[in-house]
Amino acid sequence: MTFFETLALFGQHLRYLCQKELITIFKDPRMQFMLVMPVIIQGFIFGYAANYNLDRVPYAVVDESHSSSSRDYLARFSGTTSFELKAVLGNTSELGDLITSGDVIIAIVIPQDFEDVLSRGGTAPVQVIADGRNSSIAGIATGYVSQITAAWNESRRGSAGPITIESRTWYNPNQITRWNFLPGLIAMISFVQVIFLAGLSIAREREQGTFEQLLVTPLSPLEILIGKAMPPMLIGFAQSAMLYLIARYWFAVPFAGSLGTLTVIILVFMLSSTGIGLSISAVSRNMQQVLVYVLVLMIPMVLLSGIATPVRNMPEFLQIITYADPMRFAVDAVKRVYLEGAGLAAIWRDLVPMFLIAAVTMPIAAWLFRHRTV
Amino acid sequence: MRTAVIEAAGISKTFYPKKLPPVAALQDVNLIARTGQLTALIGPDGAGKTTFMRLLCGLMKADAGTLHVVGLDVAERPQAVQDELSYMPQKFGLYEDLTVQENLDLYADLHGITAAQRQERFARLLEMTGLTPFTGRLAGKLSGGMKQKLGLACTLVRSPKLLLLDEPTAGVDPLSRRELWEILQRLVQEEHLSVLVSTAYMEEASLCQDVYVLNRGRMLAAGTPEHLCRLAEGRCFSVLSPASFSLRILQSELLRDPCVTDAVPVGGRVRVITTTPAAVPAILKEHGWKKEPVAPRLEDAFMILLHQDAAQERQAVPGLSRTDGLIVDPLTQPVDIEARDLVRTFGDFVAVRHTSFQVHRGEVFGLLGPNGAGKTTTFRMLCGLLPATSGYLSVAGVNLRKARTQARANIGYVAQKFSLYGSLTVYENLRFFGGIYGLTRRQLERRITAVMEEFQLTEKADYVAERLPGGYKQRLSMAAALLHKPKILFLDEPTSGIDPLARRQFWQQITRLSAQGTTIIITTHFMDEAEYCDRIMIQDKGALLVLGRPDEIREKLHLPGADMNAVFIAIVEQARQKGNEGI
Repeated sequence: MTFFETLALFGQHLRYLCQKELITIFKDPRMQFMLVMPVIIQGFIFGYAANYNLDRVPYAVVDESHSSSSRDYLARFSGTTSFELKAVLGNTSELGDLITSGDVIIAIVIPQDFEDVLSRGGTAPVQVIADGRNSSIAGIATGYVSQITAAWNESRRGSAGPITIESRTWYNPNQITRWNFLPGLIAMISFVQVIFLAGLSIAREREQGTFEQLLVTPLSPLEILIGKAMPPMLIGFAQSAMLYLIARYWFAVPFAGSLGTLTVIILVFMLSSTGIGLSISAVSRNMQQVLVYVLVLMIPMVLLSGIATPVRNMPEFLQIITYADPMRFAVDAVKRVYLEGAGLAAIWRDLVPMFLIAAVTMPIAAWLFRHRTV
Repeated sequence: MRTAVIEAAGISKTFYPKKLPPVAALQDVNLIARTGQLTALIGPDGAGKTTFMRLLCGLMKADAGTLHVVGLDVAERPQAVQDELSYMPQKFGLYEDLTVQENLDLYADLHGITAAQRQERFARLLEMTGLTPFTGRLAGKLSGGMKQKLGLACTLVRSPKLLLLDEPTAGVDPLSRRELWEILQRLVQEEHLSVLVSTAYMEEASLCQDVYVLNRGRMLAAGTPEHLCRLAEGRCFSVLSPASFSLRILQSELLRDPCVTDAVPVGGRVRVITTTPAAVPAILKEHGWKKEPVAPRLEDAFMILLHQDAAQERQAVPGLSRTDGLIVDPLTQPVDIEARDLVRTFGDFVAVRHTSFQVHRGEVFGLLGPNGAGKTTTFRMLCGLLPATSGYLSVAGVNLRKARTQARANIGYVAQKFSLYGSLTVYENLRFFGGIYGLTRRQLERRITAVMEEFQLTEKADYVAERLPGGYKQRLSMAAALLHKPKILFLDEPTSGIDPLARRQFWQQITRLSAQGTTIIITTHFMDEAEYCDRIMIQDKGALLVLGRPDEIREKLHLPGADMNAVFIAIVEQARQKGNEGI
């Protein structure tokens, strides 16, 4: 056989394999559901629900001063959409129940001598009580209170202090959480899907006995590997594209980078996740085992990826482990391309580890195909 | 005067599977099983035997009819009925990770058997099933026959009034089957147990006092075996062909003759059932061969009943010319498969030990043996699914150790279980496998049309494969395996789960393929199918016991004209005796 004939046969094998994979995936009604719904559900849940920004934090006020100063100060709170006044109380004793029941998250207590102290030019203490059971909101809310207080002080004094901070947050000027999450989700959504599809593909065939039928055909392990890897990648890619559209057009998160770069990242990333998925599939005896492996692996991989909490905040040994997590690099690269418009030159360092993971897992999967058939 | 333990009158049951037409599993079925005897329920797969058993246990309700078991109405008092009977389903729930003793204990616990009752009962059951030496062995490590015996023992931990057995001998080797039936007969004699047993083996049904024949949900006939045999009276003949004429082809030719109801090779001859006692098939007239009358067997009557009930005329398998009948000794043909000193071990377990054989072009080569004998392992090594631990193996002239991919292009493979893509249609499956075997688009379309016609799949081209009835699935598997015209065809238990008529047709196709020069390797647990093979190889415990033509083997064992079941039992017993003497 000449080289070209061999190549043509290789191409033919891949074409029929991919065609078969796609038909089986798309014919399965559960699969049809799985292909679209997770993107839509997760896209919208993360877009709307995952939010570190303060929005209408319920608060209570105990104004023992009843003075014009206290009213002026408190007006600053009712004037923002970040806070929502739930109760005005006469004394602090009623506060306990409100916070315990979760009706309010924060309370501002103004002492009786508030105006007197201020008019004497002294420093009046304002007590802020926060519900520590939700530490992140409590923290951010008390921060807001400080900011508002500082601004009020400034306006009373009529002049700014010696140092003023003018903060600008680059790439996300209003610090909207959504901007941080959605680009990361572009990577995560395809990761989950690709690992599942690739993971189940061989296990399903093994369970149904069709894998043996495949093994007695002249297909080489490499062809089976590629034939099994391409369809999940294709589907994962389509899902990433859907999520990109949701992020960009529904939630209007501005896209600063180039689509070409984004495509390259997603493809390389999916190559590595497919490798992981196929390796799982090749070591598993049945689909149930695959599901267990995938679930056990997926949660740490998502947590370690830095999609929710920055990798830099993790203890050092965990940071080292993140190097085995292709999603860590994908999330980083996608965010940078999406938000700051980074080019390939800037993010190539993220691509290398993903390539390495693919280069290790793919041959393992190919080897396991043939050698785990008992 | 014996009383009835089962009285079923006008039983009907219809299933409504999703997205499929309703299936009438049972239609107006009447059955009476008498106390203290064996009653057989026979019929091909899908006849409704299991459904009937499940109705008897009160696991399902009949749509119509009345059903009494030990005098109790099953529909009204299912629990009371269940207390009186024991049911052993086809796949009995043995716990494979428990020992024989632990399984027995577990079932005794479940049935609330007291410790005192247990001792006596266990001892008796273990003695009867021959499992006494193996009480400490894990159930998963027992052979297929021993598992069935343990299943039977677990079913009998309490003494029921009625025992229901659903195909207890399916897939079990002849030796274990014989032992299992001896146990059943003892139980009936010694404990006056009433037994209803379903089976696909006619010689087993002959051992029962009453036989009921079920097909496609309807009761075709009932009576004592002798009574049923009378249906075939005067129509059964045996034909001996000269040594130069292939038995397979003679059988195939006879089957095509309109005056032949059935023909099957048995004991080196062809057994024929003619439509009338006087009819003489054309091929016999032509060659001047004689038909000798023989006594009818239950199987003959069964085949006649099935033919009468068959929905359509037997389809002739085209493509054989008369000259094909002249035997060309396969041994003079080039070697297609060569195995030398083949060994396969799993850990310290030797599945196949030092096995050597050759298979020649156009030969039909049968691998036989009880479950766990090593035939599946041998088979898997031959088709490249399992690497050999040591030894030399070449398939179609290609060393399997060096060029597996290349060797695979020359073979076709039909797995035991349907293993094409269930969600693809018939056409899509064929297209996929054709494409994978490297057919060009034009070749592919031509071959698909050809095999669909050959295997009568044309009307079903757009059917989703998993919704095809069993026989069609089997034909589709064959069609897919033959698309690329392989030199060698591997068939792993291809006839299990298809009805006797479809089996005849299947073997006609094999006959034709082999006449065209395709080499065929086949495993089967139906011993009678060994008669179709040019040569057979019988293994036990990993070792090759015997290899040769069925006639040769019979001669060697001094069992002329014996059927393959008897041959098999003789061989395995001899080998085991020798093995014991060695120790």
